[in-house]
Amino acid sequence: MKSAVIVFPGSNRERDMLYALEHISGHKPIAVWHQETSLPDVDLIVLPGGFSYGDYLRTGAIAGLSPIMKAVKEKAAKGVRVLGVCNGFQILTETGILPGALLRNAHLKFVCKQVRLEVATNASVFTSRYTQGQVIDCPVAHHDGNYFADEDTLNRLEGEDRVAFRYTPETNPNGSIRNIAGVMNDQKNVLGMMPHPENLIEPAQGGTDGRGIFESALEWVA
Amino acid sequence: MIKNDVDITPELIAEHGLKPDEYQRILDLIGRTPTLTELGIFSAMWNEHCSYKSSKKWLRTLPTEGPRVIEGPGENAGVVDIDDGDVVVFKMESHNHPSFISPYEGAATGVGGILRDVFTMGARPVAAMNALRFGAPENERTRHIVSGVVEGVGGYGNCFGVPTIGGEVNFDARYNDNCLVNAFAAGLAKADGIFLSEAKGVGLPIVYLGSKTGRDGIHGATMASAEFDDDSEEKRPTVQIGDPFSEKLLLEATLELMQTGAVIAIQDMGAAGLTCSAVEMGAKGNLGVRLDLDQVPCREEGMTAYEMMLSESQERMLMVLDPNKEEEAAAVFKKWDLDFAIVGETTDDQRFKVYRHKELMADLPINDLGDEAPEYDRPWVPSPKLDPIAPSDVPAPADLGQALLQLVSLPDMCSRRWVWEQYDNLIQGNTIAGPGGDAAVIRVGEEGKGLAFSLDVTPRYCEADPVEGGKQAVAECWRNITAVGAEPLAATDNLNFGNPEKPEIMGQFVGCIEGIGEACLALDMPIVSGNVSLYNETNGQAILPTPAIGGVGLLPDVTKRIGKSFVAEGETIILIGTHTGHLGQSIYQRDIVGKTAGAPPKVDLAAEKKHGDFVRNAIRGGRVTAVHDISDGGLLVAVAEMGMSGKIGATLTPSKDIPLHAWAFGEDQACYVVTVPTDGANALLKEAKTAGIPTQVIGTTGGSELTVEGVSPISLADLDAAHEGWLPKYMSAPDTH
Amino acid sequence: MKARIKITLKTGVLDPQGKAISHALDQLGFDGIGDVRQGKYIEVDLAETDPTKARAALEDMCERVLANTVIENYAIELDGA
Repeated sequence: MKSAVIVFPGSNRERDMLYALEHISGHKPIAVWHQETSLPDVDLIVLPGGFSYGDYLRTGAIAGLSPIMKAVKEKAAKGVRVLGVCNGFQILTETGILPGALLRNAHLKFVCKQVRLEVATNASVFTSRYTQGQVIDCPVAHHDGNYFADEDTLNRLEGEDRVAFRYTPETNPNGSIRNIAGVMNDQKNVLGMMPHPENLIEPAQGGTDGRGIFESALEWVA
Repeated sequence: MIKNDVDITPELIAEHGLKPDEYQRILDLIGRTPTLTELGIFSAMWNEHCSYKSSKKWLRTLPTEGPRVIEGPGENAGVVDIDDGDVVVFKMESHNHPSFISPYEGAATGVGGILRDVFTMGARPVAAMNALRFGAPENERTRHIVSGVVEGVGGYGNCFGVPTIGGEVNFDARYNDNCLVNAFAAGLAKADGIFLSEAKGVGLPIVYLGSKTGRDGIHGATMASAEFDDDSEEKRPTVQIGDPFSEKLLLEATLELMQTGAVIAIQDMGAAGLTCSAVEMGAKGNLGVRLDLDQVPCREEGMTAYEMMLSESQERMLMVLDPNKEEEAAAVFKKWDLDFAIVGETTDDQRFKVYRHKELMADLPINDLGDEAPEYDRPWVPSPKLDPIAPSDVPAPADLGQALLQLVSLPDMCSRRWVWEQYDNLIQGNTIAGPGGDAAVIRVGEEGKGLAFSLDVTPRYCEADPVEGGKQAVAECWRNITAVGAEPLAATDNLNFGNPEKPEIMGQFVGCIEGIGEACLALDMPIVSGNVSLYNETNGQAILPTPAIGGVGLLPDVTKRIGKSFVAEGETIILIGTHTGHLGQSIYQRDIVGKTAGAPPKVDLAAEKKHGDFVRNAIRGGRVTAVHDISDGGLLVAVAEMGMSGKIGATLTPSKDIPLHAWAFGEDQACYVVTVPTDGANALLKEAKTAGIPTQVIGTTGGSELTVEGVSPISLADLDAAHEGWLPKYMSAPDTH
Repeated sequence: MKARIKITLKTGVLDPQGKAISHALDQLGFDGIGDVRQGKYIEVDLAETDPTKARAALEDMCERVLANTVIENYAIELDGA
């Protein structure tokens, strides 16, 4: 299992992600600087969390214009798996790789807490290790995680089984529409999600519920 | 354009915060009238913040050395050995006044400043905490300040990417006009990878790195006045704006640069930026410094030497680089897209020379700027001693259960969840115990060890008896670190007081330092870094004396760490320590009875050490399952907190020897509440007896209520609602300020 | 020439900041406050002197980076145009 983590100026959970990928796969992932124009031959590309370019214009907006994102788009179109977490999700929506947008949290504050996620589909390369409808723990840490898309898009996402995770209604931390926490592209090889599975992979971190996402992705390539 | 050769009038001198005799000292040192730039440089170097002129005499009395101390006070941060070649680098610093003026920006730049102090030494920041003190909740500005400060702390730390894992939040009318924002940060480095500010070598390039210089933080009052302002310039901002994104780039670039071996000396630009950093690097190395300000990257046009030397723009570093590695260094700066420039060089003449437009604007003896700064032995009077008040002289509540519910919902006692959920406390993936416990814990490196952190002080004790209050601040911090199973190693202090020119305030300062020193010595917790913030006073009303202590402890095996939560039903609850039901200066007395009378609890340092060492051994031996120390609110509040966080109730049998409310709410020191599986209780009690540790079985865990024999039970749900309710409710009201 | 760009959330996109402002105004006793929508304001200095060309360039900027057209509208004002 070869993986790459894209590092933007202002990424700040890239080390968490590199650690999680290595810890779970046993292979050192490759860190790729945003100025690169091509990607190594990998099975999984991860856009990590953080505040790329300070998120000063809009979250993920400027990172979406980085040279490396062209290569990410091409790989995604070829079916290479791409996982965007938090800022990574925001970048994926800004570049149009995933539909919708992430707005400021409904309560307007940054929120860091454990939430409960329902596995909305296990028919995907990212969620196959979970059972359908399983409810898992996962931390969130973001200021702009309020998922929004128009009704048509939402209906299409649901109709095509492209919602990967939903917050349980009582733990929706940000006002996301239809409690959506993570969505996939039409080929279901790109997943964007606000919660941080990479921070819940060992008992010392308070649980291992986040492992399933990485183990699912690994299983399909192995 | 501000001229450098303006008349140095007594008014101008006063506006620079220099007393007439201090100005005379300048004249004697340099043998002529200073230029305006030179006056600015002196004012920056000789102000209280940089020179510690009122506090130096007393700070020298603090214990700062120990077998694990690698760098004590005097560098950007303290450095302490944590085995395996690893070191922890940490410090705490105040950003009080800016946070009052502009809460978000003030708090944010406070966090930025302390993080910079840590990574300037070569350490990657791994933990942050904040001791925050606000005015009374009913004060009209308080909500606005709380909201802005908390957002600012989070806004900076979250973006930078450091977990904010602990701290304190308190409210008191004495902070109405002077809030306190004390920011703590800790970082990790290898013992052989520490960088210092001492410049070495003549003719070496001095390099400026980071954000551009603007007119931030220049003492507006001085320069905006018409007589020096021919061009009616825009009024200069006195509040600095933080840019955590740039700071993150600066962190990565600095650490990467250090790897190349190019860095000879490094100093961050904090207060009075370029002046303090350049002087410090030169003076420490016994060298001179020549600065060419034309090379400094500027954000605004037409900046004068005076403005550039006093600017407090954030996210900037100054370093002395190895000229052979200039290219490698330039590649790093470029990669991270940071402004850099060679702005000067080291010289052998021990002069501080500053050029602007090829003109010499300042030429001063570099060592004298620091060494010859005034030092005062300010007159002081000890605070009058208060007589102890007997528990029976403090009225009992009509209903103990109601009093408990009220206590856990007080502004000073309620859950701080509303605050810490705005801080990313998980980033980096190493948080073992985040906010809300006695001490926060992170894991470190591959060896399975961990670090524990706690920030503590009880200002009302410090006011009632500065010496005991100073001791208590250290003791409580030491206790909190002990209560998770860690060995306290060292501490940083942030000493916040009123106007030191008043003998009563100076007396508080002197007393607190005495207590802190005594406790640090007795508990083997030297002070390795710190900060003094004086003049926290408005209209003659000073803040409560607030010497915050930030301690760091080591857990050799982080899996042995335990928390305060009850973990199982049917466990025996044991009180360790001598509990006399001390109600003087207690929260119960202050907030339920409405009085602040009597002496605060005495701190018996020998007992602290003995009891704490016993508890730590029991934790590490796996003989206890939960531990919580007794502090604000007393024994019953401690038990309630253990129950609420573990979602398990308890049944308690009160002592017959003291009044019930004193047993419940007394704030005796050196006390811990522990739980033990029932079959292990006797062994622990026996062990304690052999060691000469007082113990008392006070009850059993279980159920969903807290029951004190003879008092109607209170459900955990009610306690929880009271405890979690106050802060979110208070903050949900509109900010109308 | 100088351009002023206003970026606002599209109708139908929830605007929590706008809602908070409306709530605060109401609490402060300002009567008759209806919907409040907040947005972003950006000034751009351009070397281009031809208003048509400038406007085209600015529209491109808005489409590609300054606004997220999934959720935002933009309006461009040109000085002296």
